[in-house]
Amino acid sequence: MALLNDLAKKKEGLVNGHRLCPGCTHSVIMRQALAAADTDKYDIVIAAATGCFEVSTGLYPYTSWNVPWIHSAFENAASTIAGVEAMYKVWKKKGKTNKDIRFIAVASDGGTYDIGLQALSGAIERGHQFLYICNDNNAYQNTGNQRSSATPFGASTTTSPNGTIIQGKTQPKKDIMSVLEGHHMQYIAQASPSNWRDLMDKVKKALDVNGPTYINVIEPCTTGWGFPAHKAIEIAQLAVDTCVWPLYEVVEGKVVINYKPKNKLPVEEYLKPQKRFAHLFKKGNEHLIEEYQKQVDKHWEWLLKREESGISY
Amino acid sequence: MGKKVALTGNEAAAHAIRQINPDVVAAFPITPSTPIPQNIAQYIADGKMDTELVTVESEHSAMSACIGAAAGGGRVMTATSANGYALMWEMLYIASGARLPIVMAVAARALSGPLNIHGDHSDIMGGRDSGWIELVAENSQEAYDNLIQAVKIAENKDVMTPALGAFDGFNISHSIEIWEMEDDDKVREFVGEYEPLFPLLKTEEPVTHGAWAPPDWYFEHRMSQLKGLLNAKDVVVNVGKEFGKAFGREYGIYEAYKMDDADYVIVAMGSVCGTTKDVVDSLRDNGVKAGLLKLRLFRPFPYKELADVLSGAKAIAVLDRVSPAGAQGGPLFNEIRSALYDANNRPPVINYSYGLGGRDTQPVHINSVYDTLKKIVETGKVEKQFDCLNLRGAWG
Amino acid sequence: MAEKLLDWNEVLIGATIKDPGNSRSYETGSWRVERPVWNPDECIQCMFCWVYCPDSSILVDENGKMTGIDYDHCKGCGICVEQCPKKSKALTMLLEADAKGKSEEEIRKEAFSK
Ligand SMILES: Cc1ncc(C[n+]2csc(CCOP(=O)(O)OP(=O)(O)O)c2C)c(N)n1
Ligand code: SF4
Ligand code: SF4
Ligand code: SF4
Ligand SMILES: [Mg+2]
Repeated sequence: MALLNDLAKKKEGLVNGHRLCPGCTHSVIMRQALAAADTDKYDIVIAAATGCFEVSTGLYPYTSWNVPWIHSAFENAASTIAGVEAMYKVWKKKGKTNKDIRFIAVASDGGTYDIGLQALSGAIERGHQFLYICNDNNAYQNTGNQRSSATPFGASTTTSPNGTIIQGKTQPKKDIMSVLEGHHMQYIAQASPSNWRDLMDKVKKALDVNGPTYINVIEPCTTGWGFPAHKAIEIAQLAVDTCVWPLYEVVEGKVVINYKPKNKLPVEEYLKPQKRFAHLFKKGNEHLIEEYQKQVDKHWEWLLKREESGISY
Repeated sequence: MGKKVALTGNEAAAHAIRQINPDVVAAFPITPSTPIPQNIAQYIADGKMDTELVTVESEHSAMSACIGAAAGGGRVMTATSANGYALMWEMLYIASGARLPIVMAVAARALSGPLNIHGDHSDIMGGRDSGWIELVAENSQEAYDNLIQAVKIAENKDVMTPALGAFDGFNISHSIEIWEMEDDDKVREFVGEYEPLFPLLKTEEPVTHGAWAPPDWYFEHRMSQLKGLLNAKDVVVNVGKEFGKAFGREYGIYEAYKMDDADYVIVAMGSVCGTTKDVVDSLRDNGVKAGLLKLRLFRPFPYKELADVLSGAKAIAVLDRVSPAGAQGGPLFNEIRSALYDANNRPPVINYSYGLGGRDTQPVHINSVYDTLKKIVETGKVEKQFDCLNLRGAWG
Repeated sequence: MAEKLLDWNEVLIGATIKDPGNSRSYETGSWRVERPVWNPDECIQCMFCWVYCPDSSILVDENGKMTGIDYDHCKGCGICVEQCPKKSKALTMLLEADAKGKSEEEIRKEAFSK
């Protein structure tokens, strides 16, 4: 990976003037991803799903995109990019372009884990060449922080609120990585904008696969999660250091953990600075944090075992 | 030279698509249009066309992929029916809003529930305000001809609006008729090359498709879109003439069948017009001044032209192949009546629902409509503004 | 910054935008309550601020080196300051109110004296 100074010289694919909240990491992730793309070698075309990122970067008559970009609806970033990619094959075949074009679909957890899952699964199965990036901010943020299947256990959202008898979301988060693994793609990975070098490596690798790839990225949301804007990257780092958000790859079915915290922090460190978890720290709710920790540990152990086994497809 | 063939309406549509040879087809099977993607897949497998077929996992994804492909930059087609069309609903509006001239074959079918796979116009009437051009065929020949013309209409630079060519499920889609298939080269020459306006794949000129429009802009975009749709009316006429020159079958926005001096007129769309023509012929033989106005272009609705051709009638019956669904009558009835409101002569207009979910409509039913029209003229009284044809139990 | 509102028959069809990256003309700097202030003398050019800025507001020269902050767009989130390894020496936050009407030099003085 090039030095940051070299990357900073490149023309940016996503520019400012967008309307994301101050400190929103949607754009941080995409800036890092586009910086990683080897745009001397190939061009990028993007399809976006409806959501915070899309409404903030494509608000007529303004666009924050310096690369070709299409939004059509909420649940279909994958099928939209599939159509564009199909047309690209035709252009190549008919000699209408001699360019190397790589495709990216971007959506958040709502557009990926939930309403967009079918289109994503279909597009992967058909083998289109595209990198699907899910900026997972753990809820439907654009419509005001409603729970999604990516909302973690215990988190309070506007549709899984903390109340007198129910304390936030009662179900654990969907393990989307395992769902995607079932598609036996060449490459899927989980990344965090706090670990930019790792994220960039992953994007570069994924874009070099001639087929579907997927990267799940934690996207701290200052507004929905309830932390001060300047802490956004710190929160992402805490998710990584507590193993709430392990950084790993599944390459041909083989798990590679890219980062093992020397000092695995307790989940409290991650939960504490966020308002959506504030109720977990109330007296009497200790068991909820214990449960949270248990879920995180279980998943982390499982990942470690899988890595150790070295099993691939 | 074209040749006469005996094939189904679905085969007619599939052959039209093969000859047009669009860049991309994205489609999902549903009765009664399933044979269309099947045949296309076979043509591709046999090297008879080189379209990129995207075998999507749903109709929502079919239309989404069509939108992606069309925005990518090229000619795109698909086919569907009923629930598949309904599942596309959201994307139909987005396709027309994005001004992507996608062309879709619709083997029109009843919408569930209860589940029914047969012919009916619930799908295309339900989606009539989705901003698509809607052409409706009477038979396989027209299904074939309409799809070929639809490409040219949709892609016209003043139109740039998606178009559907509908034909009745089973009545047309699955019945073998004799029709004229034109030469591949001639069809390809007729549709010509398509130059997309703002292709995503032209990466040296990056475009943004699908930005959201706030209140300051949405209205202007919608009206700009409407203009494109309205422009289609004249283009339909011109392309219909060109088609006539090229292939000897000229088309307009409607067909006026024995309308010149007609007193009793049925207005209808689709396969029922075949039966109606036979009834008109026999009534004429008996000196009854019956006529049929067969509408071909439902969207944009040619209300002025229809008012002109209908205002000489003494009584009119509009046949809708859908339930009025709580409106004063079916959609065709409402639009026709509204069109006549400004006419100098405002004949009485009645409405029938017919053929729902594949229910037969026989000459005897059509005859009963003309009888009723005659009675209305004789008595000056309309007993029932709305009724059903071939429904068990008297309606109302 | 006021955009020209076009009539219905003037807009590009399909609400297509042919002017890539034109949101740059929309200035989000006015959203800011606090601003990051940069001290080039202490900056080690690690570019962490650049790689983490959500609003592409770290100005860069042709060598990929930081030259300042784009106050027309910087929303004052403070991520750059938080991630700067030389935090409070090379980069620090200052209330907009305290920066008002002051020269760059004065602002820097004000910011780093705290
Ligand atoms: C079919 C459909 N249902 C609902 C909506 C309303 N909607 C728009 S964005 C959104 C949530 C987006 O959530 P997510 O995908 O997680 O993106 P985020 O805003 O969190 O980045 C919802 C529910 C919609 N646009 N389309
Ligand atoms: S609500 Fe959250 S995800 Fe949406 S723009 Fe604001 S910070 Fe970003
Ligand atoms: S305060 Fe935020 S927006 Fe401003 S330069 Fe720093 S990181 Fe960028
Ligand atoms: S993060 Fe700090 S030290 Fe690094 S380039 Fe930015 S201002 Fe300079
Ligand atoms: Mg989300």
